[in-house]
Amino acid sequence: MSAVANPTRAAREDTPRSSQAGAPVVRLHDVHKSFGALKVLDGVSLDVGPGEIAAIIGQSGSGKSTALRCINALETIQQGTIHVCGHAIHDPGLDRRALRRDVGIVFQSYNLFPHLTAEQNIMLAPTCVKGMTKAQARDLARAVLSHVGLAEKAEHYPEQLSGGQQQRVAIARSLAMRPKLMLFDEVTSALDPQLTGEVLKVMENLAREGMTMILVTHEMAFARKVASKVVYMHRGRVWETGTGAMLDDPQTPELRAFIGNGL
Amino acid sequence: MQSFGLAHVEFLAWAALWTVGLSAIAFVGGGLLGFAVALLRVSSNPAARVAAIVYIQIVQGTPLLILLFLIYFGVAVIGFTGVPAILAAGAGLTIYASGFLAEIWRGCIQSVPKTQWEAAECLALTRWQRMTRVILPQALRIATPPTVGFLVQIVKNTSLASVVGFVELAQAGKLINNSIFEPFTIFVTVAVFYFALCFPLSTWSRSLERTLNVSRR
Amino acid sequence: MSYQFDFAALLPYWPEFVRGLWLTLQLSAMATVLGFIVGTLCAIGRADGPPAVKWAVAAYVEVIRNTPLLVQIFLVYFGIATLGIRIGANTAAVAALVVNVGAYTCEIVRAGLESVHKAQLEAADCLGLSRVQTYWHVVLRPAVERVYPALTSQYVLLMLASSITSQISAEELTAVANRVQSDTFRSFETYIVVGLLYLLLSFVVRIAFWLVGLGVFVRRRKLGTAL
Repeated sequence: MSAVANPTRAAREDTPRSSQAGAPVVRLHDVHKSFGALKVLDGVSLDVGPGEIAAIIGQSGSGKSTALRCINALETIQQGTIHVCGHAIHDPGLDRRALRRDVGIVFQSYNLFPHLTAEQNIMLAPTCVKGMTKAQARDLARAVLSHVGLAEKAEHYPEQLSGGQQQRVAIARSLAMRPKLMLFDEVTSALDPQLTGEVLKVMENLAREGMTMILVTHEMAFARKVASKVVYMHRGRVWETGTGAMLDDPQTPELRAFIGNGL
Repeated sequence: MQSFGLAHVEFLAWAALWTVGLSAIAFVGGGLLGFAVALLRVSSNPAARVAAIVYIQIVQGTPLLILLFLIYFGVAVIGFTGVPAILAAGAGLTIYASGFLAEIWRGCIQSVPKTQWEAAECLALTRWQRMTRVILPQALRIATPPTVGFLVQIVKNTSLASVVGFVELAQAGKLINNSIFEPFTIFVTVAVFYFALCFPLSTWSRSLERTLNVSRR
Repeated sequence: MSYQFDFAALLPYWPEFVRGLWLTLQLSAMATVLGFIVGTLCAIGRADGPPAVKWAVAAYVEVIRNTPLLVQIFLVYFGIATLGIRIGANTAAVAALVVNVGAYTCEIVRAGLESVHKAQLEAADCLGLSRVQTYWHVVLRPAVERVYPALTSQYVLLMLASSITSQISAEELTAVANRVQSDTFRSFETYIVVGLLYLLLSFVVRIAFWLVGLGVFVRRRKLGTAL
């Protein structure tokens, strides 16, 4: 693996480059976000092109999860611009419903609806939002469930499934909306190591199929292997970006320390 | 015809004292009886447990109004005539309160973690010692908010004592209404009296609950 | 004790008892359904309404919970009459019971709503569900499912408390009892019989709620989780 030091890759890039051709699916420009006096995002800029897999890494409190939540309009930002699939997230007049059709998100705590079966969890949004009939939605649910390897669990309730299975249902639930972009917020952090693998495999398959993905993760090995772009965040800033190889050759002492602790 | 005035309010205020007195009788009586039933309910003797369950089910499954009538006419049957209304009403409310307090306190006793029983047993305490030294002190803390909350139910339900002729707030309202017929004014005033008695208790119960929840976290 | 029990004297009155029983069930059923609707709407208003609605609901709940049902019944009965509207005792009884149980339902359902985790709302939002859809599919059902046992107890209490409407001469079971005992002078026997009928009713109501719960909360049935 070539690990040629590239000075332009070093910290605090103000003008990020898109690593691929075509208009970026996600573009953050100089995003600032505070919770009260606490500055969480301090001028974050980031581009993610179509088909790219961006892995955001960093210590807890580095702002990585907040950045992801801002992309999905779950948090409002104080300054800067965010464009996602043609939607201006920073615009107060944002059409959230339209955004939701384009972007899927998977949470650390799965957030399946406990009173619905796996299948019903998946059917809910297509029937409510896209106006599908129950029959259409059920076919779709079966299809996405087999996609994540859980066809036989359609009738199960969340509490009857393992954590890994619940998370795969959550991924399937998002996929059923046919999003253009998938966000993953530390989706394996609540899982035992042996269950982590099955979820990562599903994500890897998705990546191979060309889904544009942004994931906040602690799984360095997965980031190195699957991500086309790795973003190291520190103190609310993009401290270092690069390909997976960046993790073998950190440019900043902070990333070096982070990798040293993490691996 | 006389209209609603200060004299009536004064009459209601005196009646409110009887409401408080009757509530106190029901709470003390119901508390003692209810505590005994609660202990039976958690005892190791199956017969005692069944008896307690049956008692609680009967009291909770019968309207208080019917309980009051049963006692009122029941004491006459046993041969006592001219029993003072306060005794009939007090007895009825005592039984009513005991059935509900027993169930509330059973829940509190059983919500003390099992490990506490085991720990106490490992210290070679007798069953009685375990109950009085370990379990009840902990249950007491949990029991305070719902018990104060139930006190509100007792105060409100003393209004039914009017059916056996006991003159408390509601009955006083009815008496005034019979003479001057201004039902709306009269019963709003009666409601205000009840509210003044119950609202502080409700608020107290809620704040106790909050404190308990905070200290449990 | 020289008292001779004479239950036979009550026998000719059995159609009356049945009629009273039936009316008690009808009053309670109507008050339960309407009270549930009123209470749930209030709970939603209390949780997510504009400040004025929140305040109004809070005041309503406090007033009802801190005053006796008997006084509420008198106020509704005489209050409606004061407005110049003439309604029957039975209608007034249902109205008073709805006003009463609506407040208790509101508190119970509100606790259920609060137990639904914020993350569930976020997940529904991210799937593109509207606020109304989220409320209907993601919040209300699990909330009611969670507090269903408390609601059941409350509605059993309501059925028992409907006896108080006898005080405005609604012709339900207790009013029948009052009439029968004054006709027969068999007071003790009458109230024993009626007490047993209420016990029976309270079991019937519990079983009815259990069956409804089995039908509505499919997950509970499938997983065998106790309600």
